[in-house]
Amino acid sequence: MQRYSLNVLMAAIAVVLLVLAQYRIIDGYIQATLMYVGINIIMSTSLNLVNGNMGEFTCGHAAYMCVGAYISSVLSVFCFGNKLGAPLLPADMAVVVFPIIILIGGFLASLVAILVAVPSFKTRDDYLAIITIAVNYIVISAIENMDFVGGSRGFQGMKDTVWAMKGTLNAPWMLFWVMLFTAFNVWVIRRFITSTFGKGVNAICQDEVAAEIMSVNTNKIKTVNFMLSAGLAGCAGGLFAHIVGYVNPQSFNILKSTEAMVMVYLGGMGSLSGAVISAVVFTFLMEVLRSQPLMDFLLAPATFVFPDWEPSAGVIKWIIIPLLLVLIMQFRPEGILGNRELSDVFPKLKKFYTFK
Amino acid sequence: MDFLIQNILNALQWGSFYALIALGYTLVYGVLRLINFAHGDIFMVGAYIAFGISGVLLGPSIGLSPLWTFVVAVPLTMALTACVGVTLERIAYRPLRRKGAHRLYVVITALMCGFILEYSNLAVLGAERLKFPELIQKSIWHMGDVTITNLKVIVIVAAIAVFVLLNFIVTKTKIGMAMRGISYDKFAIPLMGIPIDFIIVFTFVLGSAFAGLAGLLYAMSYPILEPFMGMLIGWKAFIAAVVGGIGDIKGAFVGGFLLGFIEVGVVAMPGLESTYRDLFAFSILLIILWVKPTGLFGMPQSTKI
Repeated sequence: MQRYSLNVLMAAIAVVLLVLAQYRIIDGYIQATLMYVGINIIMSTSLNLVNGNMGEFTCGHAAYMCVGAYISSVLSVFCFGNKLGAPLLPADMAVVVFPIIILIGGFLASLVAILVAVPSFKTRDDYLAIITIAVNYIVISAIENMDFVGGSRGFQGMKDTVWAMKGTLNAPWMLFWVMLFTAFNVWVIRRFITSTFGKGVNAICQDEVAAEIMSVNTNKIKTVNFMLSAGLAGCAGGLFAHIVGYVNPQSFNILKSTEAMVMVYLGGMGSLSGAVISAVVFTFLMEVLRSQPLMDFLLAPATFVFPDWEPSAGVIKWIIIPLLLVLIMQFRPEGILGNRELSDVFPKLKKFYTFK
Repeated sequence: MDFLIQNILNALQWGSFYALIALGYTLVYGVLRLINFAHGDIFMVGAYIAFGISGVLLGPSIGLSPLWTFVVAVPLTMALTACVGVTLERIAYRPLRRKGAHRLYVVITALMCGFILEYSNLAVLGAERLKFPELIQKSIWHMGDVTITNLKVIVIVAAIAVFVLLNFIVTKTKIGMAMRGISYDKFAIPLMGIPIDFIIVFTFVLGSAFAGLAGLLYAMSYPILEPFMGMLIGWKAFIAAVVGGIGDIKGAFVGGFLLGFIEVGVVAMPGLESTYRDLFAFSILLIILWVKPTGLFGMPQSTKI
């Protein structure tokens, strides 16, 4: 029973959400928020592979997301859209081809990570941080200078693929794909980290020299880890592009990377369940803080004193969230779970599920 | 030839800003092993403080002449910005240091403090851009086709003077010796009777004051202020410090000018669009770090086994 309990629970939740979305019980806004939760889970868990489990310091994670988003957008417009010439494939193949497009985007994004992985053989933490920031800027700047994907004006037309899927069967396809990819991503990461090969990742975090002496091939593990993390982020980027239907290089800048970092450190470094929980919490927090009435209520004393000061929720949100994180760093620097999984914090849960 | 000299001058001015900010990064890193990501925003705060001071001094209640305003504004801006830097250190970094927290947590805190500074500025002052008043009567000298403004000369001279001063402080004075000592061995230094907190505060004072000076000069050269002006220039100055070898005064200076020359060179190169500026700057940085993993002047760290 406990072997399948978690999977059954997750599948049940997914089915319930899909049914609710199908019969319009939850509206488009809540669906979009749920999809962002999925994408943020992918982003935070994949960054957690590098920042938490390997102990390196990456702060340019949005670069891979950008590559994945653009590659999969261009491919999907080529295959099903009308923006770059006539569609290559018939519309009823969209359901089969769409996940392949996303995976190709992820694969090419993982090739970009080689730019980071090769210098990481020699460089240490701070210098590696710079290299990742540089890669983030290089990717954005390179895409801004490509005219056939619209440069800095952005690129659109991916919605054609989503409509092609809806033409085959009218269902909330994007929600389905996001949930499927999120489950796939968590499963892959869990499998990788607990495998014999993946134990080397934690060994590198503890002590690189000792790991090298104990016959861990550090260069190989670093390369694989960076590429896996980047590939998953690329998949997240592809999904993001198809949800929004419009991508712009500037939406994948340092701010986006910072968001991913905030989620990792909120959840606890090296804790997979922590990264998932913090991604859910963070996304809902972002959405809640976006509401102007709530902000007005919170800031009522201040606006009473200064009547002509009109704060906007979108700005105050970005003061509250960093402040929250600063306070977390002061009083609970290890994050929500802090390098332990959920079943370590609550041992009684082990009776009910095993997570492999 | 004239075109070349003109662009070299522009690159010197542009590199001066990078160098001034990179010096602050390097000072704090050299002493604390902490990347102070809020430094770019301290530069932004410095520019705004300079704006406020000049507004007050030029206003009807005091009514100084623009030149006197500049003379008074330089020390005032530096002092007030230093206060901001020290406040950050007191509130955010020192408690973490006392707890012996992981280095990365301090870095994240610094990054978040930068966001808080940016967005609180946006919330309080609104999104409209401010126009910085003209403090120094612009005089332009022509030599052939080369135009030199007095502001350019002031910026370049200020950067060089700051570098010489810092080099003197770090290498020749007792307090500089204490700084180098802290970066060498943080645990033995308090046993030698050196007040470690005072030295760290002094480091923040120095770094933030020069960021404030850079903010003032930047606002005078490009007189439009906005809350996010410190973000990109801060990241780039940090990159300049790393290319030079972070923790090394000379390296930060050289790295700043190098980055300035690269960027102005890309913009001035015929046949290249100015949108390629970031691409080239960061690609060259990547190549430098591939070849020399610890920067130009950085010492390779050896690990004991």
